[in-house]
Amino acid sequence: MTDHADTLLYLDGVTVSFDGFRALNALSLVLERGEMRAVIGPNGAGKTTMMDVITGKTRPDTGRVEFGQGTDLTRMDEPAIAALGIGRKFQKPTVFEPHTVWDNLLLALAGDRRPRFTLWARETDEERDRIREILNTIRLAEHRDRRAGDLSHGQKQWLEIGMLLAQEPQLLLVDEPVAGMTDAETEQTAELLREINRPRSVLVVEHDMACVRALGVKVTVLHEGSVLSEGSIDHVSADPRVIEVYLGR
Amino acid sequence: MSTLSLRLCLLGVLGGAILLSVLNLAVPATSAMHVPTYTVALVGKYLSYAMLALAVDLVWGFAGILSLGHAAFFALGGYAMGMYLMRQIGTRGVYGNAILPDFMVFLNWKELPWYWHGFDNAAFAILMVLLVPAVLALIFGWLAFRSRVSGVYLSIITQALTYALLLAFFRNDMGFGGNNGLTDFKDMFGIPLQAETTRCGLLVATAVFLCIALLIARYTVTSRFGKVLIAVRDTESRTRFLGYRPERYKLFVWVLSAVIAGVGGALYVPQVGIINPSEFSPANSIEAVIWVAVGGRGTLAGAVLGAVLVNLGKTVFTGALPELWLFALGALFILVTLLLPGGIMGLLTRGRARPAATTPAPEPAE
Ligand SMILES: Nc1ncnc2c1ncn2[C@@H]1O[C@H](COP(=O)(O)OP(=O)(O)OP(=O)(O)O)[C@@H](O)[C@H]1O
Ligand SMILES: [Mg+2]
Repeated sequence: MTDHADTLLYLDGVTVSFDGFRALNALSLVLERGEMRAVIGPNGAGKTTMMDVITGKTRPDTGRVEFGQGTDLTRMDEPAIAALGIGRKFQKPTVFEPHTVWDNLLLALAGDRRPRFTLWARETDEERDRIREILNTIRLAEHRDRRAGDLSHGQKQWLEIGMLLAQEPQLLLVDEPVAGMTDAETEQTAELLREINRPRSVLVVEHDMACVRALGVKVTVLHEGSVLSEGSIDHVSADPRVIEVYLGR
Repeated sequence: MSTLSLRLCLLGVLGGAILLSVLNLAVPATSAMHVPTYTVALVGKYLSYAMLALAVDLVWGFAGILSLGHAAFFALGGYAMGMYLMRQIGTRGVYGNAILPDFMVFLNWKELPWYWHGFDNAAFAILMVLLVPAVLALIFGWLAFRSRVSGVYLSIITQALTYALLLAFFRNDMGFGGNNGLTDFKDMFGIPLQAETTRCGLLVATAVFLCIALLIARYTVTSRFGKVLIAVRDTESRTRFLGYRPERYKLFVWVLSAVIAGVGGALYVPQVGIINPSEFSPANSIEAVIWVAVGGRGTLAGAVLGAVLVNLGKTVFTGALPELWLFALGALFILVTLLLPGGIMGLLTRGRARPAATTPAPEPAE
């Protein structure tokens, strides 16, 4: 059991090996309810693998992964973890390309996921209002009827963030949300993330230092599968070990 | 698929079947307008094949499951119907045995095997037409989708499934007539099968069932369920992170598809007059995939169109140059794959905006 009532996510000694190579090495991390955390680290540090472990895609060899009041995530699969209230945005934007922007959000809306429900489901007014609200938040209102596959890279990133919002999760895992974005888009995305953070916890993986700075939150630096340093952006930027493996390159 | 193409398809199928029946029954044989009974049965056969094509398209076009064994469900529906038709023969068989079909008397069997019981009852037989393919699909799909078998591996095991059934049904001691299969049918629901009115009735019935299947398929793929299914087809893992269980979606559509194929097989048998193990041959399932590719994968009307056109071509071709048919079919498949990825429907609707969701990705994701 986690000892802190305000802890939402708790990773302790998590190790993941791929053919003997340790992608995560005794990784420990604690995320508070309502907290936003930025995770940085060089390529291959294990950031995406950490998200895979939290969302049930990869099972850790050892270690504990707990959510809320001690729910063991290592025993659950992806749909079950999603149903608990953990949403994920992928490094490479993954939206449902043949569907419209509207339908992408509709499929992401929190609700019954079983075939026996979706076979008969009709769009309700409540659902429509919620989708319109999200469309405004992610600035895609004029694009609602476009095929998601036809959106620009940045718009796809936003749509995916919108799908996360639609899920109404307690915890959002966001992998490199500004990759491939212009400076203006990066700024807007950081703003969007802060907006999203208000009632929720967010874990953002980001390479882009400007974005991390713009977020202004506690930073965790990963290196070779474990935590190298943790603290404010100024604190970690000044840490000599961080400078050596990451910033100094 | 657009509503327009679906409407045209329903109209063409139903209208065509009724028109042919009228031209067969009401126009004297001496008139140039008369349609021979032979043609009525032939078109009935095409429409049963169209149900198989629709079934293949439902899983391949909308769920990304490339089944190379779908003819197995078609044949099982056909055998269930064939067993009923065998029992209808009664004492009119060569050996005059009221209970045992001829081939059992020939094999010196004394009693009807347990699994033949009940097939003298039409309602029971119809239930089996639906249930046998459904149960096989349920078991197969549950095992395959739960262990996340997909892509080429799934295609290979569907092929293995139909091949195993082919070998099993060839065996005399299975009790399904061995390599001769079931034939020499006389009546259906007490009505003589050879009568022209029966032939026309069967054609119209096949058209009606095809239309019902089209409407059910259309409802399924345009519902929210269908949207999830298309999402599963293209980005399966993403749907899991949203909380969907793709295996349940695949299983439902897989069983629905098997039932449609089974009904197609059940309508095929009385019109062709025979069902034998060759219906299980892997080549049949592959042909069905070609019909769908030619008509347009992921367009329900295209599956029907492809099945009818390719089979029409086959009838004409095998009359003129029988040895070359398989080569022609292979060439057609290669040409369509290379030049017409959207099939005939893709060609017809080119330039017109199509509803986004039904256009399948060229390469289905794993
Ligand atoms: N399924 C896998 N099989 C084998 N090795 C893997 C697998 N997934 C990740 N790895 C390896 O684990 C290490 C960590 O990968 P991960 O994707 O977590 O890094 P990352 O921090 O997200 O990097 P990036 O900044 O490039 O996204 C890498 O060396 C990667 O090659
Ligand atoms: Mg990564």
